[in-house]
Order: sequence, then C-alpha cells, then structure tokens
Amino acid sequence: MNKEGKIQVWQDYQKEIADDRYFYVRSCIRQNFFPGAEQTFLKILRSELGKDIYENPHHTTCSGIGYHSDIVPFDTIQTIVARQFALMTEAGYQNLAVSCITSFGIYNEIIETWKEHPAELEKVRNYLKSATGRKFEIPQNVAHAGDIIYKFRENIAARKKFSLINQQTGKPLKFVEHIGCHYSKMFPSKGVGGAEFPYVLVGMIESWGGEVIDYPERRHCCGFGFRQYLVMSNRGYSVSNSRKKFESMEPYKPDAIVSNCPGCPMFMDRWQYVIEEMEGKTYGENGQGIPVLTYEELAGLVLGYNPWDMGMQMHQTNVEPLLNKMGIPYNPDLKYATKEGRQIGKPTMVSCGC
Amino acid sequence: MELYQELTRDVRFIEGLKSCMNCGICTAICPAAEFYDYDPRIIAAIVQSKDEERIEELLKCDTIWYCGECMSCKTRCPRGNTTGLIIMALRSLSQELGYFTESEKGRQQLAIKRVIGENIVYRGYCVLPENLVPEMHPEQGPVGQWIYENRDEVYERVGANYKGDGEGALRKIPQEAMDEIYRIFEVTGGFGRFDKIEHFSKIKAESMGFTEDGDDYSDYIKYINTNNNGKHTRQ
Repeated sequence: MNKEGKIQVWQDYQKEIADDRYFYVRSCIRQNFFPGAEQTFLKILRSELGKDIYENPHHTTCSGIGYHSDIVPFDTIQTIVARQFALMTEAGYQNLAVSCITSFGIYNEIIETWKEHPAELEKVRNYLKSATGRKFEIPQNVAHAGDIIYKFRENIAARKKFSLINQQTGKPLKFVEHIGCHYSKMFPSKGVGGAEFPYVLVGMIESWGGEVIDYPERRHCCGFGFRQYLVMSNRGYSVSNSRKKFESMEPYKPDAIVSNCPGCPMFMDRWQYVIEEMEGKTYGENGQGIPVLTYEELAGLVLGYNPWDMGMQMHQTNVEPLLNKMGIPYNPDLKYATKEGRQIGKPTMVSCGC
Repeated sequence: MELYQELTRDVRFIEGLKSCMNCGICTAICPAAEFYDYDPRIIAAIVQSKDEERIEELLKCDTIWYCGECMSCKTRCPRGNTTGLIIMALRSLSQELGYFTESEKGRQQLAIKRVIGENIVYRGYCVLPENLVPEMHPEQGPVGQWIYENRDEVYERVGANYKGDGEGALRKIPQEAMDEIYRIFEVTGGFGRFDKIEHFSKIKAESMGFTEDGDDYSDYIKYINTNNNGKHTRQ
C-alpha cells in the first residue's frame, strides 16, 4: 500500500486520549525490567507537562500473565480489574493510564465483555462487593501510557535537548517500532492507528526527528507467548519468533528498536544476547547488537535525562551505540554504580553488549 | 458432561467462535503455527463440528497448549473469530476436568501456578525480581545475573521502591490490599482453579513415580519445567 493509502487507513483509527487527571496502574514486567522507565513516564507527566497523575499504593497486578497462562479464571481477573476501577472511583478519577500492554488489552477486553454481556458485569459487581465491600464505575477513558506520550509528543519535541538525528551524518536515525500484540490486535479501535498501521510510536519517532523502518515482519509477535516463555522447556518458541523479526529487519540497518510494550523490549534485548551465544550472530553494526528501548526511555533521552537514571544499564544489549549517534554525553564509570556512585561489580559482557 | 455445551458457558468461547469457514488465515498469521506442529484452523473446525470425541481428544493433548495467546488471529479473521479465545476456553475446561495432565505441555500448568499464581495471591505481582534465578533464566544473561545479585542497590539506583512502603515500582503492597486479593480468589473460583491444578497434578506425579517426599513434589516441578520430548515442532 502506498503512503497515502496508509495515512487514510490510520486516520480511521483515531482514539480519544484524556488530557489530564490520570489514575496510573503499573506493569509487573515493566517494574521488574524497566522500573526507571515508569519513573521517567511519571517525571515527564508531572514535571515537564504539569499533569495530575495519581498512583494508589493499594493497586495490584491485574493478574494478566496468570490469566494468559490460564491459571487465573476469567471471573477472578474481572474482579481484580473491578477492584482497580474501585480504587480509581474512590480517588475521584475517571481516566485510567495503563503502563502495561497486556493489562491494557485486558481492561479493554473486560469492558467490552461487560457491554456485550451485561450479566457478567452484574456478576462481577456482586463478587467485588462480597469480597471487598467496594463499588466501582467503569473508566470514561482508558489510555495506554504510550498513548499519553504520543498525545503530548509535540510538547516534548518543543522541550527537547537531543533529536533522533545522527550527529555524525546529520541524517535521521532509523527506528524499528514494535507494537505489543495486545495493544490493538484484539480491539483495533482502541489503539492509535488500529492494528495494521498503528501510529502511536511512529508519531513519537517522527516528531522527534527520526525515521521509521517498514520491514516484512513488522507486525509479528516478539514471541513472549506467556507459557511459551514462563516454562523453561518452551522458550524455543520465544527466541525463534524474535529471531524471525531480527532476520527480517537486519537488511534495513536499524539504529534502534523501540516498543510500547513492557515485555517485548525485554525479550528483543535478551534474545539478541542468546542468539549471539547460540549462533555467533549479531544484528547491529560492527558486531554489536541493536539497542532496544522503551518509549519512555526514548522520550527521556530526547528530553536530556541521564540514561543511567532511567535504568538503561539494565539492558543486556548495550545502548551506547545509540547514545553516541545522538551525541548524548554519559559517564561510563557510573553505569554500574549505586545511587551514591559506588561500583557494584560489572557484568561479564559478550560482544552484543560491548 | 457434554463438552461442547460446557464450552458454550464461557463467554470467551461465545465471542471466539462465530462461524468458521476454514480459510486458514489464522494459521497463516499465527506465531505458534510457525514454530509448533500447530494449526489453529483445525482447532476452530473441531469445536465447530461439536464432535464430542474429538473435543475430548483436544482437551487431553499437547495441541491446545501451543498457542501463545498473542491474539494475532483476531485481527485477520474475516468472520470475526478468535481462535486464541477458543483456546482459552478449552484450556479452562481441560483444567476443570483434570485432562491437562494427560499431555506434556498441559502438565506444565502446575509449574506456572506455583510461581505466577502464588506471586499474585501473596505478593500482588505476577513476576518478582526474586524469581529471576540465573540457573532458571540463563537468557537474562550477565546483566540479568548482575541485577539479580545486586537487586537491592540496582533497583534503588533507578528509582524503584523495591519492597518499600508507599507508592513506586516493586513496592510492598499493603496487607489490607493483599487480603482483598485473597478474598477475590476465594469468592470467584480462583482458588478452585488452583486446587484442581494441584489435585490432578499430584495424582499424575504419583502415577509417574514422583513422590511428595516432604518437598511438595519439587522433582516433578523440575521435570515438567525442563522436559521436552522433541516432538512438538514442525519437522
């Protein structure tokens, strides 16, 4: 499809994104692997954009990984989600800001189920009241946290310290954008740009000076597959699907990969290391890996935040090739240091991480 | 019990199976179909046939455990079916009836319940830093090992509130909140599902020669986590 056709298609999938007063729900995976990305998101909203975003310490997992590995029944996850909505209602908020893509899909699935099957909603209201005494309202607006960054991408661009431009060549940096499957494959109208041509990350990258690569396996799953990663003997599924993507994107020479999902960047970061260990193959320049970022980290770099404050030392595939191209200064001696600057050892790297 | 009728009690089955014309586009887009000997088109065809014998075979075999629930099938199906949702209904019924222990992949449910399930009920998270033991997660690499071994300091460095009070990433979720999650599991059948996974797994473990032996079937857990008969993938 030509570019004009794509623009027409994604224009059919615009979604409303609330502009303030968010109730924030965290992601299990992002907290474990990219906790600094969540902190970066909150810092951008509160300090850069002046938004009201509230986190209640009593909120919990949505139980989505348990649900999608089929140990948590649908009634149970519906009621856990209803409890999150009750906390939001009690705090006086109506706009849900969701860190996780799996959770975002689940919130949409459950709200749509309640529309199609009102008896499920009544059942869940009774379950929640019986278990906790709580009542809830359904959110007026459900946005993925990436949707909110997308909405304010030009405000971020106006405050940028660095662009997605190669400082040595003056040319735009080339990005692979990877959308988590549960963002819009189930409910295309809930994602910016739908499922076939999601625009949420493209919009950020283009606003901040970069270019997006279109490659054959662009919409292919990263390979998480829930039980296909959780159980050790199933992980061949996971690495094989990521490998399929790497092989497909390699000829286009991406400078970095960015994802809106918490899990996908972790897998695409770690599986590059595994493929190098297994096959000796690397996908970046000069025998290195392709840096893999969350969209919060990308926004933070554009705004001039310290990469180590954002937790980019927790990546297995080194991010320095991208930092160098963007001209971002960093102190390599503080990469593996504590908050006070004390060294706490250094991971043994293979070339993917050098 | 009529298996097809039982499936129709699950709203995900109702939403997942509209009317399949067997075009196979779900198989073409499916990441599981590329890796495993798996064909979601056949799953839809079998349940649509209402053939009780074939549905029972499905509930007892590896096939239903190959799906990754990415839901790519939903986007492309021209009839609005979602094989991933059909799979979720089949997996629920397989666990309800204890049939999941009849297949290598189905038996893995106990390992998932023991980690993810218990994290949810007792800690309020699906995944915890303590779970990422390097021996079980070699894919996390040297950086993963460095994080695991220095997790208190690493998480503090990047602004998390690991095991702390108040808000923040990886905070300790207050006991009152955990009590509510526990009651939700009691009221909604969450513990009923867990008990069935434990009950049927124990019977299977003993039939395979494993014993409780004071360690809650840890040898069986290790076996189901690591065993792979090598017959699952496309040849």
